[in-house]
Amino acid sequence: MAQPTFTFEDRDGQATVRLAGRLVTQHLNLVDDDFANTTAKSNSLRVDLSDLDALDTGGAWLIAHLQDRLERDGVRVDVAGADANQTALLRTVREALPSEKGVEDIPRGLLVWVSGIGAKTAGVGASMVSLLSFTGEMLTSLFGTILRPKRWRPAALVSQMQDAGFNAIPIVVLMSFLIGVVLSFQGASQLRQFGAEVFVVDLIAISILRELGILLTAIIVAGRSGSAFTASIGSMKVREELDAMRTLGLDPMEVLVLPRVIALIIMLPILGFIANVSGLVGGALMSWIELGVSPGMFVSRLQENTDVSHLVIGMAKAPFFAAVIGVVSCWQAMQVRGSADSVGHQTTISVVQSIFLVIVVDAMFSIFFAELGL
Amino acid sequence: MSDTEREAVIKVRGLRNQFGTQVVHENLDLDVWRGEVLGIVGGSGTGKSVLLRTIVGLNQPAAGSINVLGADVLHGSRAERLQAERRWGVAFQDGALFSSLTVMQNVMAPMREHLNLNHALMRALGQLKISLVGLPPLACGKLPSELSGGMRKRAALARALSLDPEIVFLDEPTAGLDPIGAAAYDDLIGELKRSLGLTVFMVTHDLDSLYAICDRIAVLAEKKVLVEGPIEDMTDVDHPWVQEYFTGPRARAAQSKT
Repeated sequence: MAQPTFTFEDRDGQATVRLAGRLVTQHLNLVDDDFANTTAKSNSLRVDLSDLDALDTGGAWLIAHLQDRLERDGVRVDVAGADANQTALLRTVREALPSEKGVEDIPRGLLVWVSGIGAKTAGVGASMVSLLSFTGEMLTSLFGTILRPKRWRPAALVSQMQDAGFNAIPIVVLMSFLIGVVLSFQGASQLRQFGAEVFVVDLIAISILRELGILLTAIIVAGRSGSAFTASIGSMKVREELDAMRTLGLDPMEVLVLPRVIALIIMLPILGFIANVSGLVGGALMSWIELGVSPGMFVSRLQENTDVSHLVIGMAKAPFFAAVIGVVSCWQAMQVRGSADSVGHQTTISVVQSIFLVIVVDAMFSIFFAELGL
Repeated sequence: MSDTEREAVIKVRGLRNQFGTQVVHENLDLDVWRGEVLGIVGGSGTGKSVLLRTIVGLNQPAAGSINVLGADVLHGSRAERLQAERRWGVAFQDGALFSSLTVMQNVMAPMREHLNLNHALMRALGQLKISLVGLPPLACGKLPSELSGGMRKRAALARALSLDPEIVFLDEPTAGLDPIGAAAYDDLIGELKRSLGLTVFMVTHDLDSLYAICDRIAVLAEKKVLVEGPIEDMTDVDHPWVQEYFTGPRARAAQSKT
C-alpha cells in the first residue's frame, strides 16, 4: 500500500500542497505533523488531490481541518483535483466538523479531586439515610405479609435457604475445622511454656463458641451469599425486571428481598452451629495429636469448664449478623444504576460493607455482654 | 450495473447453520455488492441475526464458505481474518457499547487498539465520527447509560465507523426508534453510504427503511435466501410470506411515502 506523501511548494506566490498515495486513517500519523505545520505566507493555498489514491474520513478530516484553520486566519484554501466522491466526502466531513469549544471532557484536576472528597463524605450521610429507609421499607413489607399467610412465599424462601445455607455447609465446615486446628496448634505452643497445655481446651471452646465460629461464618456468608444477592437483584434492576414486577402489582421487596433476608436469618444460626461443632472437632483432633489430650478428656474438660453461656451468646448474635448481611446486600442491589459496570461496583461495596458492619455489630455485642457481666 | 463491473464484497456459499437438531440455514448463498445497501428481511426465527453473526465470525457454521473483502473468514489464517476485521464495522441491536467507557472512549477504543495515532488526532477523529452520526458534542463525555436508545444506536454506529470501514453491518438499526428518529437514521445511513462509499448490510424489519434506503432486499425464508432483488420486484414474488410482507397494509403505507 502506498503511503501518503505531503509536498509543500511555494512558487510565484502560489502556495500548493500536493497530496499523493493513500491518505487513510491508518497512515495519518505520517503526515499529521506536515498538516499541523502548514502555514500559508500568502493569502491563498491550493490543495492538490489529483495524485491521491484513496481518501477516507480520517484523511478528509486533516484536509478539512487545515482548510478550517487557515480560513480563520484569512487564507483562501482551494481544493483541486478531487473527484466527485472525494468532493462529497470532504463536504460531509466539513459540515460535521465539531465546533472548537463545544466538546466537554470529563473534568480532571485538583479541584475536582477535592470536591470529590466532599461529595463522598456527604454521600456517606446520604447512604446511611438510604439504608435506614430501606430497612424501614423492608420491615413494613414484613409486617404487611406476616399476618397474611397467603402472601408468604415458601418456595422462594426454601430455595434461598438451600442456596445460601445448605450449599454453604461444606465450605463453612472446612473453614471452621481449620480454624480449630490452627487455634489448638498455636495455643499449645504458647501454653506449653507454662505447662498449662490442658487449658487449650478452654481456649478453643471459648474463642470458637463465643466469637470465631459465628463471626467467620458470617464473613463467609457475606462473601458468598451477600454478593450473590447484590449481583442477581442488581442485574434484574439493570434489565428493568424490577420495574416490570411493580407494574404487575408485585412488590420486589416482598418477592425478592424478604425471602432472601429471612432465609439468611434462619440459616446463619444453623450454619454457625455447624461451624462451632466442626471447629471443636478440629481443635480436639489437633490437641490429641499435638498435646496428647485424648478426645474423652477434651469432652469432659469442655463440659466441666466451659459454661453454656458462651454458646448461647455466640448463637444469639447470628440472626443479627444475618439481618445485617441480607439488608445491606439487597439495599446495595437497589443502588445499581444503569449499566453492567455498576453491578460489579455495588457488589464489591456490598461485600465490604456487610463484613464491616458485621464486625461493628460484633464489637457492640461484646461491649453489651461485658456490661451485663456475661 | 452489469455483473462484470460490480464487485462482490461478501460472498456466502452453501452456508449451513444448525443449533442442535434445529437447522437454521441450509445451503444458503448470498452476494453483497460494493457500495450497495442490502436489507435482510425475514420472519422471526429465520436466522437473520444468525446470518449476520456468522458473516462477522461470531458464529461458527456447520458448513459452507464465507468470503469477505477477499478474505476467507472461516478458514483463513488469523492474520488474514484480523486484516479483514479492520475493514468492517458492526453496530449491534442495542449498541453493545462498553458501559464503563464514555461515548468518546468507546469510539476511540478501536483506534487505540489498531492504529498508531497520537492521542490528539484520535480525539479529533473521534469527535468527527460522533458528529458525523449526528450526536451533539455534549454526548462525547457521557456514559452509555446516560443516553437514550436512539442516541445509543448512533453512538454504536460511530464506533462501527471508527476505523473507516468499507462494510458496515447493522442489526435492526431502527428498531425501537420513534418514526422521526428512524427516518433521520435512514437518512444518515444513505448519506454516509454516498459520501463514504460504504457497503451496508442491514438486518431490518422496518419497511420504511427498506423503501427509503435499501438498494436490494434479500428475503430469508425456508432456510435460505428465498429471493433477492430491488424492492419493486418483491411484490411479484409468488410466495405467501413475501406477498403478505410486501403487499400488506403497512407495506402499502410505507410505499406511498416514497
